[in-house]
Amino acid sequence: MSTPQTPMPQAAPPAWEAAAGSPYPGYTSPIPVVRTHLGHALASEWTKIKSVRSTMWTLGVFVLLVLGIGLLTGLVIANSSSDLSGDENPLSLGFFGLLLGSICLITLGVLTTASEYGTGMIRTTMTACPSRGRVLAAKALVFFLVAFTITLVSTAVVAFLQMALLEGSGARQPTGAEWFKGTVGVSLYMALLGLLSLLVGSVLRHSAGGITIMIGVVLAPLVIALFMFTQSLEKVRQALFEYSIPNQLSVFYSNSLSRSGPSGWDPLWIILGATVVAAAGALALLQKRDV
Amino acid sequence: MIELSGLTKRYGEKVAVDDLTFTVRPGIVTGFLGPNGAGKSTTMRMILGLDHPTAGDVRIDGRHYHELADPLTYIGALLDAKAVHGGRRAHHHLLCLAQSNGIPAGRVHEVLETVGLTAVARKKAKGFSLGMSQRLGIAGALLGDPRILMFDEPVNGLDPEGILWIRSLMKSLAAQGRTVFVSSHLMSEMALTADHLVVIGQGRLLADTSMADFIERNSRSYVRIRTPDRERLLDALHGAGITAVESGGGQLEVDGGKAEQIGELAARHHVVLHELSVRQSSLEEAFMRLTASSVEYHARTEPPPERPWGADRDTGTAKAAADAVTTTAEG
Repeated sequence: MSTPQTPMPQAAPPAWEAAAGSPYPGYTSPIPVVRTHLGHALASEWTKIKSVRSTMWTLGVFVLLVLGIGLLTGLVIANSSSDLSGDENPLSLGFFGLLLGSICLITLGVLTTASEYGTGMIRTTMTACPSRGRVLAAKALVFFLVAFTITLVSTAVVAFLQMALLEGSGARQPTGAEWFKGTVGVSLYMALLGLLSLLVGSVLRHSAGGITIMIGVVLAPLVIALFMFTQSLEKVRQALFEYSIPNQLSVFYSNSLSRSGPSGWDPLWIILGATVVAAAGALALLQKRDV
Repeated sequence: MIELSGLTKRYGEKVAVDDLTFTVRPGIVTGFLGPNGAGKSTTMRMILGLDHPTAGDVRIDGRHYHELADPLTYIGALLDAKAVHGGRRAHHHLLCLAQSNGIPAGRVHEVLETVGLTAVARKKAKGFSLGMSQRLGIAGALLGDPRILMFDEPVNGLDPEGILWIRSLMKSLAAQGRTVFVSSHLMSEMALTADHLVVIGQGRLLADTSMADFIERNSRSYVRIRTPDRERLLDALHGAGITAVESGGGQLEVDGGKAEQIGELAARHHVVLHELSVRQSSLEEAFMRLTASSVEYHARTEPPPERPWGADRDTGTAKAAADAVTTTAEG
C-alpha cells in the first residue's frame, strides 16, 4: 500500500499564491481587462451575421427579387399600350418584388436568433456575454440596420430605373412625399417585419417553426379572407383584407385595396407597436428561461 | 475559485442536481466525475449562468457569473464541442467571441496555434471531426487567457495523441495557478490528470476528496485462490480466523495482502493450490462501487433472473406444493 500523501495544494504555497493580493488567488492574465458594453456585442453580432452563407443567400435573393421583378414590371408597362396616366403612383410598380422579397427578410430574421438554438451556439454566445438583454439588443440592432440599408438601396435603385423606363409613357412624376414613402417608408416597414421575425425566432427557438409562422402571418389573412363568402362575416373579411401585411405595404404607395382601413403612415405605427410588444415578450422569456 | 453552495436544479419532478456544495480551488486540476446523467453538465451550465438554479448559489471568485464584466477573460469553458454554427469558419467563430469581450483579435491566431488548428482556420466548422471540434472548443475557452477553465468531457473524440496533449495542457494550466475544472465519466482518465476529485451520482455529492486519498481508500487489495480442495482449505482458513469469500468460477477471495500466510497454511494442511495471487481492484471498480446505486441508465448484461413458477402466488400454497414434490421424490 502506498503511504498517505499530502494533497497537492497544501504541499507548498506556490509563488502565484503569495503574489496575488486578492482573497482569491490565481493566475492573472497579461491581457488587459476591458469593461464590455453594447459596442462589443454589436461588433460580435456583425461578425456573426456576415460570416454565414445564409445571410448572403437570403439578402442576395432579396435584392434579385426586388430588382428583377421591379425591372420586369417596368419593362412590361413601358412597352404596353396601357399607360399609367392619371392619379396612379408610378412607384407602386416596386410593390410586387418587395412583397416576394419579404419572405427573404423574414427568413434571415428568424435565422439570426433561432439558428443559434439549433446549433447550440447560443450557449457559447451567452457564456461570452451573460447579459441576455444585451445579446438580443445587439442582434436586433445589427439585423435592423442591415435589413433597412439593403431594402433602402434596392427600392431606391429600382424606383429610379422604373422612372427612367417609364419616361414619356405618360406617367406622372411622383411627389417628394411619395418618393420618401416609397423608399424610406417601405424600408422601415420591411426592416421592422424582419425584426418581428427575429423576435419570434427568439421566442420559438426553432428556425423552421419561426419562418412558417411568419410567412403565415403575411399570407394567411388574405387567404382566409378569400374564403369568407357569407354576408355575416363581411366585416371580418374587410378587416382581414385591410390589415393584411400585403395591403398595409401597398398603403405606402397609396395603392390600398380598399378606401377605408389604414392609411398614410399607419402601417408603420402598427408594425412598430407589434414589434415593441414582441420585443418585451422575447426579452422577458429570454431572461426567465434556461439557455 | 468556484464555490457551490446548496446548488439544486429541478426539472418538474425530476431532480437533476441535488444540494451540491463544494469548492473548486486554483492551482490544481479538479476532476468532476459521475456516470452519464449524473448532473455534471447541468451543474456546469449553472456555473456559467446558462441555467437558473432552483435553489442554492454558485459564485466565481465571490461573484455571480452575470456580474463578470468580461467573462471570457475570467472563465473559459468548453461545454459542447458541437455548439458552433456549422457554416461559420473557425477563425470567424473565435473572432466573434473575442470581439464580444474586447479581446484583441490577435489572440485568435494564438489560440488556433495552441490547439493546432491553424491549417483549418479558414475551414467551416461543419467539416470538422469531433476531435477537431473539441480543439476548436478548447481554443474558445483559452481565448481570454482566463484564470478559471472548465471543460466538459474534453477527451471525447480525441485520438491518443490528442488525449496526451489535453492532459498535459490541463496540468500546465493548473501549474500556472489557474483553476481547472474538468468533467469526465472515466475514472481512469481522471486518475491520470486530476489532483482533486468530486464525484456525483444522480445529482448528489458522493465524494469530495484529494485523488491520493481516493486511491488510498479505494484500491482494495485481495488474494485470489484456486484449489481443487475447496472444503478443506475453507476449514483451514476458518481455523486461522481468515474469512474467504467465494467468487465466480469456484475461486476464493481473501481481503488484504495475506498471501504468505495463506500459502503456509495450505502447505501445513497439505492442500493443493492452483493459484495464489495478490490482486488490486482498479479505481474504475471503486468508482463503479461508489456510484452503483446512483447510475441512472442501467444496461442489462444478462437476462433478468427467472422467478420460480408460482412464486408470486400465495407463498403457503407454493411451499406446500414444494413439500409435496419432495415427499413424492423420497417415496
